[in-house]
Amino acid sequence: MALKIVKGSIDRMFDKNLQDLVRGIRNHKEDEAKYISTCIDEIKQELKQDNIAVKANAVCKLTYLQMLGYDVSWAAFNIVEVMSSSKFTYKRIGYLAASQCFHESTDVIMLTTNQIRKDLSSPNQYDTGVALTGLSCFVTPDLARDLANDIMTLMSHTKPYIRKKAVLIMYKVFLKYPESLRPAFPRLKEKLEDPDPGVQSAAVNVICELARRNPKNYLSLAPLFFKLMTSSTNNWVLIKIIKLFGALTPLEPRLGKKLIEPLTNLIHRIYLFFSQILHHLSAITLVCFSWLIAFLFFITVLISLSSGMPNHSASIQLCVQKLRILIEDSDQNLKYLGLLAMSKILKTHPKSVQSHKDLILQCLDDKDESIRLRALDLLYGMVSKKNLMEIVKKLMLHVDKAEGTTYRDELLTKIIDICSQSNYQYITNFEWYISILVELTRLEGTRHGHLIASQMLDVAIRVKAIRVFAVAQMATLLDNAHMLTGNTQRNGICEVLYAAAWICGEFSEHLENPMETLEAMLRPKVATLPGHIQAVYVQNAAKLFATVLKSQEGNTDSTTAQEASQLMIDRLPLFVQSANLEVQERASCILQLVKYIQKLQQKDVEVSEEVCALFAGELNPVAPKAQKKVPIPDGLDLDAWINEPPSESESEDEQPKAIFSKEEPKHSRPRHTEVDEKELARRREARKQEQANNPFYIKASPSSQKVYQETPGVEHIPVVQIDLSVPLKVPGLPMSDQYVKLEEERRQKERAEKKKKDKKKRKEKRSGRGKKHDSGPESEEDITPAHMVDIVTEEMPENALPSDDDERDPADPHKALDIDLDKPLADSEKLPVRSHRAAEVLKSPAEDEEGENVSSLEPKKKSSKEKREKKKDKDKDRKVKMLFDRRLLRLISVMLTFIFLFYSFDRKAYDIQGNLQDGSQVVVSVIFENKCDSFLKSMEFNVLDSLNSKLQRPEGSGPHDSLTIPFQLPPGVSNEARFVFTVQSIIMPQKLKGTLTFIVKNEESSTHEKLDFKLHFTCTSYLITTPCYSDAFAKLLESGDLKSSSIRLEGVNMPFHHLLARICFHHHFSVVERIDSCASMYSRSIQGHHVCLLVKITVSVDAKCDEPTLLGNVLDEIKQTFSQC
Amino acid sequence: MRFMLLFSRQGKLRLQKWYTATAERDKKKMVRELMQTVLARKPKMCSFLEWRDLKIVYKRYASLYFCCAIEEQDNELITLEIIHRFVELLDKYFGSVCELDIIFNFEKAYFILDEFLMGGEIQDTSKKSVLKAIEQADLLQERPRGDYFSNSASTHCS
Repeated sequence: MALKIVKGSIDRMFDKNLQDLVRGIRNHKEDEAKYISTCIDEIKQELKQDNIAVKANAVCKLTYLQMLGYDVSWAAFNIVEVMSSSKFTYKRIGYLAASQCFHESTDVIMLTTNQIRKDLSSPNQYDTGVALTGLSCFVTPDLARDLANDIMTLMSHTKPYIRKKAVLIMYKVFLKYPESLRPAFPRLKEKLEDPDPGVQSAAVNVICELARRNPKNYLSLAPLFFKLMTSSTNNWVLIKIIKLFGALTPLEPRLGKKLIEPLTNLIHRIYLFFSQILHHLSAITLVCFSWLIAFLFFITVLISLSSGMPNHSASIQLCVQKLRILIEDSDQNLKYLGLLAMSKILKTHPKSVQSHKDLILQCLDDKDESIRLRALDLLYGMVSKKNLMEIVKKLMLHVDKAEGTTYRDELLTKIIDICSQSNYQYITNFEWYISILVELTRLEGTRHGHLIASQMLDVAIRVKAIRVFAVAQMATLLDNAHMLTGNTQRNGICEVLYAAAWICGEFSEHLENPMETLEAMLRPKVATLPGHIQAVYVQNAAKLFATVLKSQEGNTDSTTAQEASQLMIDRLPLFVQSANLEVQERASCILQLVKYIQKLQQKDVEVSEEVCALFAGELNPVAPKAQKKVPIPDGLDLDAWINEPPSESESEDEQPKAIFSKEEPKHSRPRHTEVDEKELARRREARKQEQANNPFYIKASPSSQKVYQETPGVEHIPVVQIDLSVPLKVPGLPMSDQYVKLEEERRQKERAEKKKKDKKKRKEKRSGRGKKHDSGPESEEDITPAHMVDIVTEEMPENALPSDDDERDPADPHKALDIDLDKPLADSEKLPVRSHRAAEVLKSPAEDEEGENVSSLEPKKKSSKEKREKKKDKDKDRKVKMLFDRRLLRLISVMLTFIFLFYSFDRKAYDIQGNLQDGSQVVVSVIFENKCDSFLKSMEFNVLDSLNSKLQRPEGSGPHDSLTIPFQLPPGVSNEARFVFTVQSIIMPQKLKGTLTFIVKNEESSTHEKLDFKLHFTCTSYLITTPCYSDAFAKLLESGDLKSSSIRLEGVNMPFHHLLARICFHHHFSVVERIDSCASMYSRSIQGHHVCLLVKITVSVDAKCDEPTLLGNVLDEIKQTFSQC
Repeated sequence: MRFMLLFSRQGKLRLQKWYTATAERDKKKMVRELMQTVLARKPKMCSFLEWRDLKIVYKRYASLYFCCAIEEQDNELITLEIIHRFVELLDKYFGSVCELDIIFNFEKAYFILDEFLMGGEIQDTSKKSVLKAIEQADLLQERPRGDYFSNSASTHCS
């Protein structure tokens, strides 16, 4: 064995190590691939050896090759071998290789579970650390489930190095195994207050990451983060927390108010931090901008904070002006950051940014694409009815100039985004928009043909007034289709033809010359278009055909109609031969139909009506989510079998069928219930009735005017006829410009008309109100749309479910982490503790059976849970409020402990001391400790005086006035206050009732709270420890003035000196003399009563005092002290 | 942070760290695409760019490009600082680092990165504690290598 090792190590000396490999690769620049393939062969040999050192060296080289892009997945098992080496040197290399090469589908990962678990619990912290680091790169759902509990334990490891890593990796575990979040969360939260700053910052990182995705679940942590923000010294942590608050404030606007102050205190620190970063950017001049950068960072946060406070618009205005300086700077990084911050402001304060349009447009000319893209983002939010055309015109210029298709495509999508935003809100002239779309079709090599097409369809369908124009434009497009067919790839510009054909077919009644268009649609070149477009062509050719027939109806000369059918019959066979099934099917159907029609035509039969009936009715747009929102009717169970499920003992040849029907329910597609015709009719009738009665139902009838309601008296403004003499049929000529001009003229004319009207009005009214319309720049409202636009709303199913849809991608891993963290943990949620996987799998079916056995219990539980969930949904908007109420509850519970402190007679809470100088005064010092998260202020202390004891109040105040406590209490702070009481008789214990009133100030508001308490004045508290000499003591006892009494302390078994110490401490006695098993003690009351005790080891107390009542009470109290222990 | 790449002016990858599991083929494609985009940019241009659904923050140090892919909500400046810290760490560890250091000791560079960032999050903001952890782990690594050849050393150590 030893020989083998030695041999191995000698071999190793001749092996290539990593350095040799790297050097070799550098020396073989010309034939790198060949050299590496020989290296890989060598590595394969090395991996076959037993020596782990050789193996590790080989794996290290493989890791390097992997980086160069060579496939090393074949060595996965060897990597695992090296990982499991007991030596740190090799383990480190193994884990590094694993973290670089493994991914979720690497199958050997399964083998690593136990090895990783072993390393996690290794006594060497670097073993654990290396395992955690590796795991963070290749953790799979299985690993996460199996190791979650181990990692959770590591979060409380003694070494901060491990704790830090364990906390960070938990985030990855949560993503892969969301069930672990709830059980692990309390511990994670604990780590926010870890003494080690590294662990703390790790915890902040993880929670901030989690909260950023699902902020509402973390609202309850706001006070904790608030505390961290004010106490943390780590700038990185600070920035994370501030960003987190940025995400939380929109959910709880009251937070914003509270944050302003600490944030203003922090701005200087953040500024220094950013100036340091800018300094690293190695531009000294940049540093002078660091104020701005800090500013900028705060803006991004403050924006969300200030949304609730309208007064901030002035400071926002200032910010924007400062940002302008940044954007105008020559440094590109600053420019970029400035634009980025602008876009954040734009979201909430669009007005203040809009004035810098010139600057933004200027940035569009920048050489740097990143900056241009940022500027584009800004433009999106800056448009208004007034400037839309101008901005889009600028963008169109850029489209022409832009080099590189990616940027041009970006411009294209932005133009469409800008125009179509919020339901075409800013478009006043749809003819202009259609011509813009048509112009965009001339872009070469764009990938967004589909987008343009869908816009065309959308506008043509939803804006009824534009159809005439749209159809004319589309007919031109179809006529010039050859210009677009160059690029036939999917999503290329030819997609536009899909829209063009459909629009021309569907709204063919508006076509000037349907015959011409029909001819254009049936050209042989069409056969080169993608299949789905051809299919639309064929179908819409049929629609056009119907229109042609209709237009010829009543015409005695039937040649045109016959020409049309002949054209169809001539051209359609081309499509019948199409390889595309859809095209073929449609073409042959229509061909047969046309042949039949032609026969009828020859017999002079009127057919147009029948043919038109084929395409009667209007198609309305359907909202994209309509299908999802169809409510499931009562009594329809989508999971139930419609027919009896096939029995399993069917003959073999029926098997496939059985499989098919079995699979079906998985899709859970809404099935059509079998409803007879009558029922359907009845339902339809009822629905119509309901819609008619429902004032909120938006009918698709042309009379409804949904848009531009803000336009005053839109009906009274004469609709300007657009002169269609604009040369429509010249392709390649930008028409949109002409529309811009036309629109300008129109607006001017309108303005003039309006002015006239206004003047008239003013003459009539003569009141000052007319002033508002006085000249000046036209405001948004003044611009009226070119024609009455009726944007048809998308159809929704009746009684659609309320919009609770989740916009987020269902594949988003963070969605699974949307978990309520405030619910108490159920037993079933505990993390799987280490156990063998195989055993678990075996167990589960058995468990299932058990589950069935106790099924009588099960449904009940479930239903109550469901109910709870339902309720939660209902109270969604009240949830935030409840959250705060809960916090209040916690506050009250804290207060209860406060009260408890009083009751329990804890000296820490208050102390009563007699005042020797004045026999009738007692000083009560009370320590107030604020244990809640809120600020306590305006505390007032009051006690209901008794005949015997009175609270000393300042002169001039009444006997029931309360005393103001001269301090306020921030969370977690304690302070002491003293109160003086006047006592007449001290021989009896007393209880005084009192109240403490204070104001609790937290995020949302301040509330007035009251706390009742009792002050217990014991007789002991009137005693004052006074030293006494044994001879004086003896004299006192001999005097004979003292009355005696004695007690026995039951069940006390403590050392004698403890007993004495206790009496001294609790009851203010001093030891006079101690002789073996007995001791004499002395104390004096504030009114001069002597109290003498003789305590024996047999635990009996003989006492003498000149006041028997006092003595009795003191002895009772002593007895009580000892009965408590 | 999604991933970090180090590549040279000539478009040779020097270091790659992926914080989300990605298939090998996708990795290669992304690296190639990103290197092209970044290398095509002129030196005066800004350090940020949008790429797919990610934001790319890069900075050039001598002949090496340090390039980080971050998500929409992450802060660009902070990412630049992370890059800078990493460079400083490498500098401290190797003593005025150059590209060759990273090429020949690429595993060390990874170890440093792993101590600095984990799962795409900053692990320790203090340079000192990162270097300390590396040094101690290195000590641990060197020691067994020593006793591998001389048994006497191992008895002392254990």
